[in-house]
Amino acid sequence: MRWIAQTLAVLALNIRTIPARLSSSAVAIIGIAGVVVVFVSVLSIAAGFQAAMQSTGAPDRALVLRSGADSEMTSGLSGPDVEVIKQAPGIRRNGQTALAAAELMVIIDLPKLATPDAPANVPVRGISAESIPIRREFSIVEGRMLEFGTNEVIAGRAASGQFVTLKVGDTVVSGQNRWNVVGLFETDGGVPETEIWIDARVLQGAYRRGNTYQSLLAQLDSYDSYDAFRDWLTSNPQLNVSIRRENEYYATQSQALTRLISTIGYGIAGLMGIGAIFGAILTMYTAVATRAREIATLRALGFNTGSVLVSVLAESMALGLIGGAIGGTAAYLAFNGYQTSTMNFQTFSQVAFAFRVTPGLLAMGLFYALMMGLVGGLFPAIRAARLPIPMALREL
Amino acid sequence: MKFIPLIWKNIWRRKFRTTFTLLSIFIAFVLFGILMTIRYSFSFGVEIAGADRLVLIHKVSLIMPLPVSYQARLQQTSGVQVASHQTWFGGIYQDPSNFFANIAVEPEPFLKIYPEFIVPPAQVEAWRNDRQGAIIGRDLAERFGWKIGDRVPLTATIWLPKNGGTTWEFNVVGIYDGGDGVDKTQMFFRYDYLDENRIQGEGQVGWYVVKIADPAQAVDLGHTFDEMFANSSAETKTTTEKGFVEGFAKQIGDIGSIMIAISSTVLFMFGLVAASTMAQSVRERTSELAVLKTLGFSDSGILGLVLTESLFIALTGGLLGLGLAWLFVQNGDPTNGMLPIFVLPTRDVLIGIGLMMLMGVLAGVMPAVAAMRLKITDALRRT
Repeated sequence: MRWIAQTLAVLALNIRTIPARLSSSAVAIIGIAGVVVVFVSVLSIAAGFQAAMQSTGAPDRALVLRSGADSEMTSGLSGPDVEVIKQAPGIRRNGQTALAAAELMVIIDLPKLATPDAPANVPVRGISAESIPIRREFSIVEGRMLEFGTNEVIAGRAASGQFVTLKVGDTVVSGQNRWNVVGLFETDGGVPETEIWIDARVLQGAYRRGNTYQSLLAQLDSYDSYDAFRDWLTSNPQLNVSIRRENEYYATQSQALTRLISTIGYGIAGLMGIGAIFGAILTMYTAVATRAREIATLRALGFNTGSVLVSVLAESMALGLIGGAIGGTAAYLAFNGYQTSTMNFQTFSQVAFAFRVTPGLLAMGLFYALMMGLVGGLFPAIRAARLPIPMALREL
Repeated sequence: MKFIPLIWKNIWRRKFRTTFTLLSIFIAFVLFGILMTIRYSFSFGVEIAGADRLVLIHKVSLIMPLPVSYQARLQQTSGVQVASHQTWFGGIYQDPSNFFANIAVEPEPFLKIYPEFIVPPAQVEAWRNDRQGAIIGRDLAERFGWKIGDRVPLTATIWLPKNGGTTWEFNVVGIYDGGDGVDKTQMFFRYDYLDENRIQGEGQVGWYVVKIADPAQAVDLGHTFDEMFANSSAETKTTTEKGFVEGFAKQIGDIGSIMIAISSTVLFMFGLVAASTMAQSVRERTSELAVLKTLGFSDSGILGLVLTESLFIALTGGLLGLGLAWLFVQNGDPTNGMLPIFVLPTRDVLIGIGLMMLMGVLAGVMPAVAAMRLKITDALRRT
């Protein structure tokens, strides 16, 4: 008990004297805050992208692609293939119609609002009548649904915010085609909100695709009917297809970019962390040096070395905490919800997403800041505890 | 020269502080080097893109195919040196995480258009004679340990082979090299092999690259090409290679620049902190400087002493840091092929050295000037 009381007393003394050593403490605080800003904000990019991809798709829906294709973009299914696939067991049926939608994807060039001189790859999805009821999360938020058989299109809310000519009433010009935007839709976040949707048959005509599609999205009877559905298709000699759950398809697509950003984020924050630890060591060393006489006095009065050591460590960690809090707040204010779009290399098309400064990231940042404070304070603390009393008292 | 021992003593008067200041500067410049490398990598080599090369893509988007018949018409246009096409293959080696670009080209015109890809003549000859031949970049060869003579299977994602299955086989017949900034992670193989053996898409190519005689004509020729194919089933959009690469880099959007911007800001803060520590160490010695002045040192002499000291610290820490960053970058891309161009550009090395000097001067000059202005008597009184 006495030991704890002693430690607290020295700690209180230390903390109360921080303002007197403000400029040197600022070195540590700024360093650590900077590292936390970089750490949290760079990883918030990865978190945002991952969230957009992973919130797309449902586990009880299956996506059928041509075997070997790694995305809808590179896949291809013929009209007859589609008819065969729709016979598969495990698809939910509405009377005679299977809840399965054959779709095709085309990329068109549209400039981003932010960079009007540079075209970006915007995905256009050709949809069938079943595409809408299958996607339970779909809703029109502005204007109305497109009419099949016309050159009307609807645009995802995120696409509308990122690219030109995608407001209701606008006309999208792509090559010789002109499409009227009649509505905006949402799909609870996720990838489709960066797409433009049009009648698949109109799209087939516009790009001379004949009676071919690229993917088929099927609503399964239940989560468990996936195996029956897959086995039937893969064992059918007429077909050469691969099947995956829709949510898994999108989750896989987020891996490459997420990994790249995380590697960069952890790498840079790690290196900067070392720099910040040096800053903290300098600060605490200076703090110990300028108070060598005080510390020696305390010890001469009978405070034990343990409490001196712990108090220096605690002060250093307090600086880390302050730095971490400042850094986390700054990253949150500056970047949480920042809307942007990037290219998904798997499909070669744009995905819009928002940076996400999650509580988990903030906690990690704060923990990292504490660790930097702890490591930075270690050597100065040992030095303070070992200070030879007579010499320190004579110092200065 | 005779003052070097004095400067040396001053630098190490507080060993601990100097050591950690040096280390901080060291780390800051390691980071600087790596950040500049990443920034350069996100620009996809736009700085070496040829001004005399035009890229023709389908007007709708890059993924739409163009007919192979455009080649002859492009080649006949006056002002065109070489026109050739390329086709994205999108093959996967064993696992999607092994991503690298593999592109079908016409060997001879291809190598004429891209003189920066250096291939020994014997290997070019071997490529001409082997339909399944492919040339690969040095970095790619190192990544998978491929040698000339190896047989490489790729799994098709777009183009399925006629003989069934999903696998295409290639023979490594050459390894190309190139200067800094040249992407050495790609694989190029013969278009005729692809076209004769794919199930669908015969006679289609991905895009055209045209080498022109006079870069000043780039805009005019671009218009000529686009008009030539206007109102056809495959209209084109022509840009300079530089414009094309820039456009591609912009597709990545601002996440690259945001990452670089945040990190640079923080790096700048690190620099300020190190500089302020160095400045503090000069301020502490105001009375000593006054003593030196009493002994007859001129103002400029003292300024020189102080500046040499701070420049020494900044340059030592900085150069070591930049050196380590350079070594790290030489080791190659740590993200498994996602940053194909991974080099530290010379320009950024020079900028880095400039920053070190600036840092040294800023840290030394302000306290030194302040010390010089002080009256000796005042300064001596301030202990």
